[in-house]
Amino acid sequence: MDSALLVHRLHFAFTVTFHYLFPQLTMGLAPLIVVLKTLGLRRNDETYNRAAQFWARIFGINFVLGVVTGIPMEFQFGTNWSHFSRFAGGVIGQTLGMEGMFAFFLESAFLGLFLYGEKRLGPRGHWWSAVAVFLGSWLSGFFIVATDAWMQHPVGYAKAADGSAQLTSFWALVLNPWAWWQYAHNMSGAVITGAFVMASIGAFYLLWGKFVEFGRIFVRVGVVAGLIFSVLQLFPTGDGQGRMIAQNQPVTLAAMEALFATQPGAPLVLIGQPNIEERKIDNPLVIPSALSFLTYRAWEAEVKGLNAFPQDEWPTNIELLYYSYHIMVGLGTVFIAIMVIAAFLLWRGRLFENRWMLWILLLALPFPYIANTAGWITAEIGRQPWLVFSLMRTADGYSKTVSAGNGLFTLLGFMGMYTVLGIFFLFLVRREIEHGPGAEGGSHGHEPAPALSAH
Amino acid sequence: METLWFMIVAVMVAAYVVLDGFDLGAGVIYLGAAKTPSERRTIMRAIGPVWDGNEVWLLAAGGTLYFAFPLLYASSFSGFYLPLMMVLWLLMLRGIGIELGAHMENPVWRGFFDVIFSVSSILLCIFFGAALGNVVRGVPLAQDQYFFEPLWTNFRVNYGTAGTNNGILDWYTVMTGVIALVTLTAHGSLYVATKTEDDLNRRARTVAMWAWPVQLLLTFLGLIATVSIRPGVLDNYKHHAIGFAIPVLVFGSLAVMMHGMIKRSDKMAFVASALYIVGMLVGAAFALYPVVLPASTDAALNLTIYNTKAGEHGLAVGFTWWILGMILALGYFFFLFRMFKGKVRLEGEGY
Repeated sequence: MDSALLVHRLHFAFTVTFHYLFPQLTMGLAPLIVVLKTLGLRRNDETYNRAAQFWARIFGINFVLGVVTGIPMEFQFGTNWSHFSRFAGGVIGQTLGMEGMFAFFLESAFLGLFLYGEKRLGPRGHWWSAVAVFLGSWLSGFFIVATDAWMQHPVGYAKAADGSAQLTSFWALVLNPWAWWQYAHNMSGAVITGAFVMASIGAFYLLWGKFVEFGRIFVRVGVVAGLIFSVLQLFPTGDGQGRMIAQNQPVTLAAMEALFATQPGAPLVLIGQPNIEERKIDNPLVIPSALSFLTYRAWEAEVKGLNAFPQDEWPTNIELLYYSYHIMVGLGTVFIAIMVIAAFLLWRGRLFENRWMLWILLLALPFPYIANTAGWITAEIGRQPWLVFSLMRTADGYSKTVSAGNGLFTLLGFMGMYTVLGIFFLFLVRREIEHGPGAEGGSHGHEPAPALSAH
Repeated sequence: METLWFMIVAVMVAAYVVLDGFDLGAGVIYLGAAKTPSERRTIMRAIGPVWDGNEVWLLAAGGTLYFAFPLLYASSFSGFYLPLMMVLWLLMLRGIGIELGAHMENPVWRGFFDVIFSVSSILLCIFFGAALGNVVRGVPLAQDQYFFEPLWTNFRVNYGTAGTNNGILDWYTVMTGVIALVTLTAHGSLYVATKTEDDLNRRARTVAMWAWPVQLLLTFLGLIATVSIRPGVLDNYKHHAIGFAIPVLVFGSLAVMMHGMIKRSDKMAFVASALYIVGMLVGAAFALYPVVLPASTDAALNLTIYNTKAGEHGLAVGFTWWILGMILALGYFFFLFRMFKGKVRLEGEGY
């Protein structure tokens, strides 16, 4: 691989992977905060309101990290991927532009009000500010997913005389079926992160024996939301997304499953290591015919294997694609199991005393992050070797004027910068968790905050 | 249509500079003008609720630029690769300085984040000024409409075949960087003055008073330097006499600024400073039009609104959602600034 191409790919992969650790939590927490605020208003119970304030502080820290790591993403379309931008800007400029105009302004204006405006806005006004922040973060997610969806499944465009893609149908772009399945799947994944984090912190408080009242609220809201969205993640959203891939990128599906031979009644591989040289799976553990059924709803349907496609159209890193896909699906299955058991115990009124289950909820915290990251790796590695599926190869999209040396320089710079950011982030979040949801609107006797973080 | 989008992008960039300019400027004077911890916190609280919203204008302007002139975005962002990445790092450091500093009660931590915030603000002002200088001076565009500029070469301004040897920093762009620093220092000082009382209010206004003569001098020098390196910038002014309203606005607002400071009307001076910034940026945009990125190598290679624009259908559809988005955004900002209007008092109601 050309070393400049490798550097530019790593540059984007590293910065976007780190970035998405933060928005997945803010997008996931936003609706849960609205739920807490609503419960507080409905039941006229200040405890829920303080619970919401605690999560607003966690949200605030994550939001700041999400913003500062998000700005480089938009920049990199121009700096590192200028040939791609030149080719696709006439189409995806629409969605990226709309994100700025509709989502960023909404989020940033109302986040300030949401974090410090509670006294000035009153309870109802403050509830509305929470809803506005929720809408802003979810709109932002849509425009980004719609951008990616166009790269996965380009629609609503025509090639102009200079070879670039130009928009011909706005509604085709915005209503791209791929975008809507991917959006549903992605947002459900974000809520899973939010729900697991909330349940995890709640379990921590219950096990610790401090802030027990809040711990119960967090576990209850986290488990209910976690159950609903873990199931939605599999069906219909995961299923729908999978069939989008089967219809539009059959070669990607074959690579995700490491299916080499085209066959009727194709098996679903649960565990095994793809062996590309010999075109087989080592140590396979399979469910016979399951892949055919999941893909075409017929046990004997024929599924195309990698051998049916020219090798220069195979995803360039089949092993990573296979593993990230299997990690995502495997973890998703574990999430359903955890949440079903936890919800059952909650329903029977035994969850808060069951230390085993609380420990499991506590320790589950990192796994939704891993699953969401693996999901995005599946989507992006799966699209390779294309940058825009079937239209532009990744090798043709990067900035030819930016040398590998300059690219590596800034990649290392970002690595250093993000290490520092990550340390500060963990430090601050750990402190918030230790302080816990406080008595006086969470200020714990510190001076009022000057800025977004409201501590 | 492309002329309309040129104006829209110019207005959004101007909005960004006016808005984020005051919190950048507040960062520039932060260490010098605020003597006590409580004064520093007062400045932080004056910009705290709005800085992030201000910075969003940069993203929105960038997004609009990408959408309307994708080739310009691709060519300029890759060509200005190194300085843009440094701007990103500075924006990050500054965000950390503002947001994380607030979480630390320890004076050592606070001091550390205070310095990060202030130094990154100063450097950002210079970088933004130098960026504008590069756009006015021109860049070594090649036949394929791309270029790559190193950070510096020999600090000379070159044209023609020598123009391929331009660096991001030369004497001209360093000068525009200093102009931006002085301008935003005055702008930020006046903002701080409008939001504060007593000692801090007086000190902030004094900084602006000292900056003013430098600003006046640099405005003249900048004009002379620009006309001398690129006489072509006067063409649009020669053909459309209305353009001369712009220098009138620039110098008029400088006069009003001084008048406001003498009369201790910080608001008047701040608004005048905002108008000065708008005047300078509109003046540059007016001189460039319809060029968006001049080539220092050969004028035939200039990037213009015509050879960089997106397709007609996209631009037309975009106008509809842009208007809608703008109305909404102005509504939020009006509401936000109204909620947090007035002087900052530490002992009063917290946010």
